[in-house]
Amino acid sequence: MHVPDGFLDAPTSIATGAVAVVAVGVALRGARRELDDKTAPLAGLVAAFIFATQMINFPVGAGTSGHLMGGALAAVLVGPWTGVLCVSVVLIVQSLLFADGGITALGTNILLMAVTTVVVGWVVTRVLLKVLPKRVGMVAPAAAVGAFVSVPAAALVFTGLYAIGGTADISLTTLATAMLGWHTVIGLGEAAITFLAVGAILSVRPDLVYAARDVIAERDLVIKPKESVA
Amino acid sequence: MSTASKRTVPFTWVAVGIAVVALLLAGVVSYYASAHPDGLEYVAGKTGFLDSASEHGAADGPLADYGTKGVDNERLSGGLAGVIGTVVVLLAAGGLAMVVRRRSSSSSDEA
Repeated sequence: MHVPDGFLDAPTSIATGAVAVVAVGVALRGARRELDDKTAPLAGLVAAFIFATQMINFPVGAGTSGHLMGGALAAVLVGPWTGVLCVSVVLIVQSLLFADGGITALGTNILLMAVTTVVVGWVVTRVLLKVLPKRVGMVAPAAAVGAFVSVPAAALVFTGLYAIGGTADISLTTLATAMLGWHTVIGLGEAAITFLAVGAILSVRPDLVYAARDVIAERDLVIKPKESVA
Repeated sequence: MSTASKRTVPFTWVAVGIAVVALLLAGVVSYYASAHPDGLEYVAGKTGFLDSASEHGAADGPLADYGTKGVDNERLSGGLAGVIGTVVVLLAAGGLAMVVRRRSSSSSDEA
């Protein structure tokens, strides 16, 4: 969903740029609480994995393809603030080095793929983990649902931005329907990749998965007293 | 049970695992990626605003469009670009995270 230069007019691009700067600034402060000597290198690896996976466009039918956005995945693995930073770094490198995503659209792309997918993916995952039984096995499915929802959410935000500052005179209902439709299908791919990646890390080191920490802590609190009695 | 949690896989192994998977995806698997336009591009084409996209400012860069300039072999050109990008992102994001992180005065980690 990398927006090129020219899709949105200058005022809108400047506005999204300002929002992106603020968002990254806030994320820099928030990430401090999430990052320590071990999770900092992990954040680099997660960003690298997202960059690599974004290169793998998967077909979704009718001559269309989609690729991972990675916001939900990053948030679940390394925390939401760090997640915003990870995806933002990916987008900056893609735009400057690979001419993927316009330079004037960088703020727009950060708003769509780094902020929207992280916030939506993280909130949905957290709510599900609160409702679902407190088991580590619930983290990957919850993350997958969060990832699934995050993609059409980003498509909706793009449609909203286009309604404000789109440069072509097109039917907004047509745009909204098409964007939502295709990105719901692409969301399934996002969910599958997120499920596999989170599941893989959980199977070897559940303690490294940020979203699983509360579950592990609560589980240990419940188990320990029982063990000490026995 | 929670304290003696079976065999703990060292962090280094996990890190190497993620790095290898990322490098293989970007360096090898990316060649087989779908060349169809992505959701946004497709919708832009169908809805009729794809033409409003302007030339990218870095379109002449050495790695533009995920190809390495000067490398004619398509598989090699794309794979090399992918590997370079993965390493750049790893260093940039990892470096940023190292700067942002809270320093532990007493590190009691296993590795």
